[in-house]
Amino acid sequence: MGPTRIIYRRELGHYFRSPIGWIIAAAVLLIDGILFEALALGGSTEKLSAQVLEQFFYWGTGIPMFCGILLSFRLLAEERQNHSMILLNTSPVRDVHIVLGKFFAALTFMAIVIAISIYMPLLIKVNGKITWSQIFVGYFGMLLYGAAVLAIGIFASSLTRQQIIAALVGALILAVMHLLWQLARIVDSPLKDVFQQLDIWWVHYQNGFMRSVLNLKDVIYYVAVTYFFLLVAVKTLEAKRWQ
Amino acid sequence: MIRASNLSKFYGGKRALGPVTFEIDDGETVGFLGLNGAGKTTALRILACDLRPSSGSIQVGGVDAVADPHEVRKRVGFLPENPPLYTDMIVADYLKFAGELRGMSPAEVKKRLPEVLEIADLGEVANDQIDTLSHGFRQRVGVAQAIIHQPKFLILDEPTRGLDPVQIVEMRNLIHDLKQNHTVLISSHILTEISQTCDRLLVLGRGKILGVGSEGELAKHEGEIRQITVTVRPPSGDDPKAQISKVLAAVDGVTKVAEPYEQGGGLTFTCSTTKDCRAEVSRAVVEAKLDLIKLDYARSELENTFIRLVQPGGSDGAN
Repeated sequence: MGPTRIIYRRELGHYFRSPIGWIIAAAVLLIDGILFEALALGGSTEKLSAQVLEQFFYWGTGIPMFCGILLSFRLLAEERQNHSMILLNTSPVRDVHIVLGKFFAALTFMAIVIAISIYMPLLIKVNGKITWSQIFVGYFGMLLYGAAVLAIGIFASSLTRQQIIAALVGALILAVMHLLWQLARIVDSPLKDVFQQLDIWWVHYQNGFMRSVLNLKDVIYYVAVTYFFLLVAVKTLEAKRWQ
Repeated sequence: MIRASNLSKFYGGKRALGPVTFEIDDGETVGFLGLNGAGKTTALRILACDLRPSSGSIQVGGVDAVADPHEVRKRVGFLPENPPLYTDMIVADYLKFAGELRGMSPAEVKKRLPEVLEIADLGEVANDQIDTLSHGFRQRVGVAQAIIHQPKFLILDEPTRGLDPVQIVEMRNLIHDLKQNHTVLISSHILTEISQTCDRLLVLGRGKILGVGSEGELAKHEGEIRQITVTVRPPSGDDPKAQISKVLAAVDGVTKVAEPYEQGGGLTFTCSTTKDCRAEVSRAVVEAKLDLIKLDYARSELENTFIRLVQPGGSDGAN
């Protein structure tokens, strides 16, 4: 794990040194705060505090969604564009160390940004009746969802040296995975079941973590998606050495 | 020792290198010389284990670079054409990062860092952000990252690219210092750079090795026509051009004397010769009581050799 730790440390430092990390954090937190105020707390009808929390976790996934794509698309593409990738490639470091180091650094930064939004559920807890476990399950889901988005973004970033193309490819994969449940509605079984279970948000997040329901199958799903996209990112890097 | 055997690299269906075979002994400074697109960078990237060869084998210090690239990477320091810098980092932190990445412990890096800063003359900018450095300093940081782990083999791809004349001299001096402790491979298409720095040359062209040897060995070519330029102060009297031409044409080895032109207060004649007859020419000019101002090859030996090797049909290739 040595090289992973070294790359992790440099990468995490980059987020704090450069303005890009702060800009992304400020932007997504601002938008999330406005949405929470306007849509979760607002409205003419009275809501139960659990419903407000659900609404928070509904809009709150915007943090890992946008953070994930914005943090990850540059991770490998920028290294190639700036010619710094060659330092990693000519060091005794495996491609898996490179991918994991960058992934965990981005995940750590994202976790910090997500954690900063804790004041919103705390406001609900102070003024309503929700438990710590409800908050924990929702945040756990956001983090797992964010990890999957980051893995998708890193895979997209491994494909090209053009950061814009990487961002578009990552966003496209994510959009398709968000729309799978819609596709499931117009096809018959067994494809219906396959598409439903592959959907990244509605089935595994909205019906589970967002309602503070912890299902093992949802956890396994996000871990599997993250593992899959990180694996193909590693394989893409390896393949590029043979090109 | 570096031993490459039938090394080749294809990008898609396009051949970029090889097959080439060469050996580099420990302690040598070898120049990879070739036009742009000759395959120099591809060869060096394979040696640095950045790329895998499409076929062939390569051994660095007795270790197979294809089978065990990690072990080879520990022994090689690489400065690519564009230094691999993280411009948001400060110089010292970047070098610590590069050292740890190459398998050094934090304590080893801490001990080695002052030495590297001194070798690369980076002391005054050690705490500066790389983004704020001039091109010359960035190149030096690139060299520093390549030597931080004390590699046995040092590979420098176009180390003087984009540097101004003062920075070129500084980089040349730095390379001379590095030669004491490393086997150095340098690629360049700047002939004077290579000739002043390297013990031996590998001339690459069209993906193949066109010539191997020292500058003198490469220049040995039977029947080669060389050109020398002779500048003589014109004597008083009728038709000084004809008078000097006659003297030069009479020298053994001179086959043709071209029409002269005026330069620096003298007449400059370009003579085609079958051998190095600069001594005979100077003697003939002095014996004819003419004032010799300048005598030299029309092109440098290396330029002649390089042009002869890389021009189509110039060489079938050593491999």
